[in-house]
This record gives sequence, structure tokens and C-alpha cells, in this order.
Amino acid sequence: MLLILKCDVRHIFTSQKSCVANAQLRSFDKIKIDTMRESTTLVKATCHHCGDDCLTTEFISDDKQFCCHGCQSVYNILAGSGMCSYYNYNEHPGATRARSDKRFDYLDEPTVLNELLDFTDDRISLVTFYIPHIHCSSCLWLLEQLNRFSPAIHYSRVDFLKKQLVVRFDNRQLTLRKLVELLYDIGYEPLISLQDVIKKQNKAEKGNLVQKIAVAGFCFGNVMLLSFPEYFGLSDYEATFKHFFGYLNILFGLPVVFYSGSGYFVSAWTNLKNKVLNIDFPLALGIAVLFIRTVAEVLTHTGAGFADTLCGLVFFLLVGKLVQQKTYHHISFERDYRSFFPVAVQVIQNEKEIPVPLSQLITGQRILIRHNEIIPADAILLKGAALIDFSFVTGESVPVRKTLGEIVYAGGRQTGEAIELEVVKAVSQSYLTQLWNNEAFTRNQHNRMQTFNERVSKYFTIVLILIAAGSLLAWLPFNLKIGIDAFTAVLIVACPCALALSTPFTMSAALSIFDKNLFYLKNTAVVEQLAKIDTIVMDKTGTITTSESKRVELSGVLTTEQQQLIYSACVNSSHPLSRMICQYLGDIEKLPVLNYREVPGQGIVATINGRHLRIGSGSLIFGYFMEAKLMTRVHLMIDGSYLGSFGFLQEYRNGMERISKLDPAYSLYLLSGDHDHERNNLLPFFPDEKQMYFNQSPQQKLDRIEELQSEGKKVIMLGDGLNDSGALKQSDLGIAVTDNVNNFSPGCDAILDGQSFNKLPLFLRFSKDAVNVIHASFLISLTYNFIGLSYAVTGRLSPLVAAVLMPLSTITIISFTTLATRFAAKRRKLI
Amino acid sequence: MNIIYFLIGCSVLMALIFLGAFFWAQRTGQNDDLYTPAMRILLDDEEQKNDKK
Repeated sequence: MLLILKCDVRHIFTSQKSCVANAQLRSFDKIKIDTMRESTTLVKATCHHCGDDCLTTEFISDDKQFCCHGCQSVYNILAGSGMCSYYNYNEHPGATRARSDKRFDYLDEPTVLNELLDFTDDRISLVTFYIPHIHCSSCLWLLEQLNRFSPAIHYSRVDFLKKQLVVRFDNRQLTLRKLVELLYDIGYEPLISLQDVIKKQNKAEKGNLVQKIAVAGFCFGNVMLLSFPEYFGLSDYEATFKHFFGYLNILFGLPVVFYSGSGYFVSAWTNLKNKVLNIDFPLALGIAVLFIRTVAEVLTHTGAGFADTLCGLVFFLLVGKLVQQKTYHHISFERDYRSFFPVAVQVIQNEKEIPVPLSQLITGQRILIRHNEIIPADAILLKGAALIDFSFVTGESVPVRKTLGEIVYAGGRQTGEAIELEVVKAVSQSYLTQLWNNEAFTRNQHNRMQTFNERVSKYFTIVLILIAAGSLLAWLPFNLKIGIDAFTAVLIVACPCALALSTPFTMSAALSIFDKNLFYLKNTAVVEQLAKIDTIVMDKTGTITTSESKRVELSGVLTTEQQQLIYSACVNSSHPLSRMICQYLGDIEKLPVLNYREVPGQGIVATINGRHLRIGSGSLIFGYFMEAKLMTRVHLMIDGSYLGSFGFLQEYRNGMERISKLDPAYSLYLLSGDHDHERNNLLPFFPDEKQMYFNQSPQQKLDRIEELQSEGKKVIMLGDGLNDSGALKQSDLGIAVTDNVNNFSPGCDAILDGQSFNKLPLFLRFSKDAVNVIHASFLISLTYNFIGLSYAVTGRLSPLVAAVLMPLSTITIISFTTLATRFAAKRRKLI
Repeated sequence: MNIIYFLIGCSVLMALIFLGAFFWAQRTGQNDDLYTPAMRILLDDEEQKNDKK
């Protein structure tokens, strides 16, 4: 009877994540829960704070279970301040606090302070933090109540989409360091980095554009109102208002031309100086001619002018510009190594630790790196057991062991005990970071992508000016006035408003479709670039393999009892390999562990049920290293007899086979920094063995891309780690693949969520569709231009025709591009 | 019909006031974050009173 109950309880607990299960649990008899606690059954409850599985029942406060000491202490802090309604708004709102013990000593450094604070005087300081964990209403609630923790905090405001927190505090009572420590203690660690990308994004000039649109829209509306009487015809008596309306129209036209439209004149002028004809030139010409002719007609009482067309034109153009400026507040495309390296590092001088800003770190200094800290420069290991996680650099998540005296490259994250190292190269000169000195990073990026619009507008402008001049010359011998009328009318009617709008509207529609499929593009030009690609280059670890799940392979046979023993030992460890073994073995009852020891970088030694277990690397089991194949292995030994080993194979992302089917149209390359022990597994995906490169350094990756480009290929690079940064930058289009868009990703043109990796072929096809839509809309806008021109060359363009033609073409283009893009997306099954 | 001059003057003046109000809102950053206030309004603050007891 008891056994059945146990099974029931456990069954429910394993599906704990859903609220339904929790509700069911509450309705359970108390007796049943009591039986459960008394037994040694592994109860997979979830942490009240972060929602992770609880592997032990060690951490309990107020009848609530926690997965680790960190989570429990956050709960205690919140409970102590009476802030427990944090847990009422959402289930498990917290971030897991399994990692702990961080130090913020460097925040006392005046130089660091000056860079971080937005504003400070002798009383008040204002600071903006970027906090990646902000994700639900509980976060918002808690962070805006910071003053209940410390009265020195006057004001705290969250910007949810940007994941930012602005805090104003009294710097006489609270230092920045104390503030950051408070945030850290409640589970909201701000991301403080040298390159504060987020702050830069704040200063976008978008606000200015919105104001220009507001002015243009205001004038457009008023001018339309004043122009209606003209369209419907005025009686003789009402005609007295005509001049008054005309003057008012000029008045409204002034801010439109000189404030809202000023950008076009500036752009056209600078481009002319650089001997480039871009689309802004005919636009500026159109705006100028419209305004001059309106002023001339009104002042000489010869007509009503084109003030309504002018205002409408500028208004729609600016709206097009706004649509094009899609920004992802929570994603940054401009990151380099500085945005994830620490701001300062602990240097040991005269037996004392002092925080030194990274820029002042020099070779020969002795640095101290604690658990979870990043090694900022190439250094020699002097003391301690180094177990370095290079996942930022290579995408490989299993930590690597280093021996004393070995050089540790910058970018690795130490796990385990504190280590001491001697710096051998300055931060900017290390193996990894010197990549950023390459010219690929300093080159002007603007010319890398040329859009269809830019290419076409050059010819468009020339043809336009030829037609205008031609009609002027044709009329000149007969009638000067008609000649000038025709000349200006051509420039007005052929003003490429629809052309200028087709790209932004198509691209913004395409961008939002990519966005829905978890593919985030830096700007609209990237879509066109994507359509031109013919070569795909991929990194291996972390890009085509997933960083977390690996295929576990067991060599040897284990009895049920042995499995249970191994499970009971591994479940205590938070090492990624132990967790994978537990996942592989499945749900097994945990036995009480008598004796347990984790040897960092080696494995586990434990005594369970009187049996002695050794689980870990070859050197732990046999005392020497015997890895024949370059493959991660965990060996098993119970009571001195060797049972076999677990091998960990890389699991490829879903959809790799789909990408390899792209082959005839796109050539596929692999650029890996790893050894080639997986060459055979990769052969099905990469048809030509010569197109797989292994053991590539970051610099070699960059050079390889350059080589392909010199063969005239348009190269797309998919990578994930800092070691791919050079290749991403050099390629025609760099895509960073990541499993969590809020995590670190190297600088790139687009970020692809790992879940959507299998959709890459669809994305490539869809980008081609989007370019086709632009071409089609270009034809439509040309048709309108021809209709208008046939009126214009005769010199008899009435304001009414212009006023109807311009918005009509604009609306046609906007609706055509939006609908056609959505239709294409539907056909590709992207929506 | 001279009243038209006055009416148009009034309407333009009112429109200008609204435009000015929009500029003011934009300058003081009221349109910077259009998402968070919608969440903030759903959080109730009665909890605070209970704590102070």
C-alpha cells in the first residue's frame, strides 16, 4: 500500500512544472505527503524561487523547498522585508542562484564609478543597470520597491522591454557597490561590462524622427482641409478666401520643407559632394520644386499650388523611414569581447588583493580568479585547480582541465576553487582579443551592403533629369511658360515616393515575419543581403551542435542495481556531465549516500549502500590518463571492478539534414576550432570532405572567409562563440546562433535562436521572395510615374491630379508590399 | 462670412496647442517606454499596508 502511494506522489511531482500539478498536490492528503518526506525517495520538487528541480531536501524555509542555498537566501531576504507577494504574481519568478559568491569590490574604484553613473553630485547619484533576468511582473514589482530594502534609494523604475532599471539614490548613505550587492542578493544581478552597449542604444535619434512626422502630419491635415474648397470649386463670393487659403498653405509648407524635410536636402547634398546619386536627390528635388512652384503660383495669383501634395509626400516618406527603423531593445548586435569581460580584476600585490580596472592590467601581474569569473588576459596558471569553461569562446560547455604552468587563454570561465595566474599578455593582445585589431573590425561597414534601391535610384535619377530637361527644351521654342510648367511638373510627378517606400515597407514586413520565427535581423538591409548568399559556412560546436543536450552512449552493461548506485551518486553533482548521466538513466529512486566527495575536474568518489563508487575521468579511475579517442568519457568503477564508460557524442541540431539538402544551390563549408574526431559523423551533412576545416584558430577562420570571398562568393557565416567573431564580421552576413537571445552572443548582423535553426533554408528562400516583392512594387511605382508623366510633359498638371496620384500610388505600394510579403511567408509556412 | 477668418484662426491655434503638447510629451520622455506602464497598473499596492501593521 505504501509503495503504491509513493509511486503516485512521485509521478505527480515529476510533472511539477505545470500549475495543474501543483493544484493537484495541494488537494492531496497530508498523510500522503508525510509518508513521502519520511521515505528516502527522491522527491523531485521544484524550487519555490526559481522553478528548477530540487535535487536535495536540504534547503527548506517556511515549508517551501529550494534548490540551493542561494535561492533560499533570496527567499529569506524577501520574507524578512515582508515582500513575499513577489511570489504571488508569477510562479517561480526568480533566477537560479546555484552560482554564488561574487565580488563587487571594483565598484569602489572612482574611475569605474565615473563610467557607470549617469549623473552624480555630492548628494544624489543616478545609475542605469541592464538586468538580463527581468522577465515578468514579479520582477517589475520587486525592483520598483527597492526603497523598502534601503531608504537611501529614492526612486527605481523599470523599463521592461529594454530590461533596464534606473535607480536614483543618496550616495552619502549608499555606495554603488552596496546597491549592486543588494540587487545581487535579491537575485537581480546587473550586467556590468566595459562596453555599455545598452546605454548607447538609449541615445537613438528616433525621437527626432517622430517629432518631424508629427509636424508633417499636422501640416498635412491642415493643408488638406484648406485645399478642399479648391477641389470642389469656389463660387465668386467664396473666391475671396482663395488667396487667404493660399498664404496659409505656404505658411504650413514652411515647417514641412525646412524642418521635416531638411534631412533629404542634407543627405542629397552630402551624396552629391561624394559624387553619389542616391534616391534622396530626386526626393529633395521634388520637395524643392513643389515648394517653389507653390509659392510662385500663390504669390502671382496664378493657381493654388501643390502644398497638399508636398505635405503628403514628406509625411509618407518619413513614415517609411520610421517603419524601417525597427529596434530590438533587448538584443545587441554590437557586442565584442569587452561586453562580457569583467570591468576589473583582483590583482595580488604585496600579499594583498586590490581591484584593478582591466585597461590598467599589465603583464607580469598576478591575478586571482574565483569561481565563475572570467579570465581576462592570457595567463600562466600558478596555483589552484583550474577547470575552465570555454563556452563563450568555443561554444563547448564541458569544462576543460588545465595543469599548473600551462597557459590559459583569455575568455575562459573558471569553475571550482579560486586560482592564481600570472598575466603574460595585455588584455588587447591576447590570443582571442587581438582578433579585434584586424581590419575587418575597423573597416567602414556601410558599403558592405548595397540595396536594390541604391542601385536603381542612380539610373532613375539620370532618366528623370533627362525627361525633365527634354520636355523643357521641346516646349521652349513655342512657349516659355508651358516649358517651365512641364519641367517642374515632371519633377513633381516623377518624384520617386512610391519607390522610396517600397523597400522599407516590404522589409519591415519581412523583418516582423523573421522576428516571429525567432530570427532577429539587425536592420532591413540584411534581408536583401540574405537573398544574395550562395555559400554557407558553419562553425561546429554550439552552432550545429546544441550546447546542452548531448547524446550519451554507454559502453558496457549495467545491472539495475548498478544503475541505481550510479544515479544516486551523480544526482548530487551539478557538473553538466553528471546531470546528463542522470537524464540518461532516467527516473530512479535515490539511495542514501554515506560518503560523497567531488574531485574538481576529475569526478566523484562515493560510498552508497556499502559499495564504493568511482565515477569520472581516466586519471581518477586508473591513476593515469588513457583517452584513446578525443572524446569526452566518464568511466565507472564499483568496488574496484571496471564496468565501462559513458561516452558523450555531440548531438546535432534539428534540421541539419535539411540544410545539407541545400547543397546544389548553396555550397556548404564547416569551420571548426575543434579536433577532427567527429569528421565521420559530419560526412552525411557535408558532401565534400575538402569543405570541412578543423583545428582553425579565430584568425584562420577569418582568413578562410576572406579567401572564399576573393573567389567571388557571397558568404554567410553561422557561429556562436567569440572565436567566430572575426569570421562573422568578415563574412557578407554574419549570423550568431544562440539558445537564449538574452545571453551573450558575438557581434553580428543577425541573431538566430537555436530552436529555429531548422528553418534556415526557409529563411533563405523567403528572403528571395521579399526581394521579388520589391522588384514587383518597383514596377508598380514606375507605372504610376508613367501615367503621371503623360500628364506632366504636356505642361497641364492640375493640382488635383497630383494630389490624387501621389497618395494613391503610396497606398497601393504600402498595401501591395505588406500583403505580398505576408502571402510569401504563408507559402513558405513561416506564419 | 468673415467669421471664417476667426474660425480658421481658432482651429489652427487649437491644433498648435495639441502639437505643442505632443512635443512636450516627447521631450520629457513620456513616450520612451510604452510597455511597462501597462504592466505596472496590474500590480496592486495594498500589500504595503498589511506589512506596516
